[in-house]
Amino acid sequence: MKPEELTIRVMAAARAFPPADSVPYAFEKRVMANLRDQPGTDLGTLWTRMLWRAAVPCVAIMLMVSVWTYLIQNSTGNPNTFATELENVVFAPMAALEESW
Amino acid sequence: VPDEKTLIASILAGNAESFEPLIERHQARVFATARRYARVESEVEDIVQEVFVKAFHKLHTFRGEAPFEHWLMRMTVRTCYDFLRSHKRNREVAFSEFTDSETDWLERFTAETAADPANASMAREVVQRVFEQLSPAARLVLTLLEIEDRSVKEVATMTGWSAVLVKVRAFRARAEMRKCVERMTRQKQL
Repeated sequence: MKPEELTIRVMAAARAFPPADSVPYAFEKRVMANLRDQPGTDLGTLWTRMLWRAAVPCVAIMLMVSVWTYLIQNSTGNPNTFATELENVVFAPMAALEESW
Repeated sequence: VPDEKTLIASILAGNAESFEPLIERHQARVFATARRYARVESEVEDIVQEVFVKAFHKLHTFRGEAPFEHWLMRMTVRTCYDFLRSHKRNREVAFSEFTDSETDWLERFTAETAADPANASMAREVVQRVFEQLSPAARLVLTLLEIEDRSVKEVATMTGWSAVLVKVRAFRARAEMRKCVERMTRQKQL
């Protein structure tokens, strides 16, 4: 017999003999017991889950800001501008402190 | 006996015990579906248990627009698919050709003899052995389309695949099945 015919017969056999729908004794009790035994979700787990979910957008934002900063630096023509300005801002309190001495 | 809507509302209100009558009502159908994909009874029970545990935890997502049974069967099919994929990863199914008695039986098998219950165990054995050789996606799509006689749209809804993807997978699955049967009979034709 050709494989095509055999294939058709296998399918026909599968249709003609559906699997049994019998259920083990007190199966619903087993499922309910399983549900009762499951620990509830605690705050720590929820917090960890939220942190993991937030990780991807945070990385994406970080990458976008890095690209944006890089492009800004290149467009101004002076690569030191941003770094210099950042340094000035960060060390401004120190400078003020030195001046007061 | 309270109707399904009342039971679901009660569960969502915090009365978990109302889930038991829902299990009793639908477990036979879930068992029959799970037995199409798993052979060993303990695996079938694990699948069904997983379906009901998932259903309990995701009940808040049931919108009540379609019957609860449809929603539950979608969950069952997806759980069975996950089972097939993990089963394929963890256990390599040994290839074996049809035995003489199986080939003889297939040659004798016609639609007229289908009603004979004496054929049942042999039929299930042959079908399982062929289907075990298929990939999870091929097995799922052939079971839903060819054996359960569902439409492409229904299969798409149940699996979460697009209609185009269902058609593509069905085409590949039929080819895979033909190849598999050919391989299983090759030795006998030589």
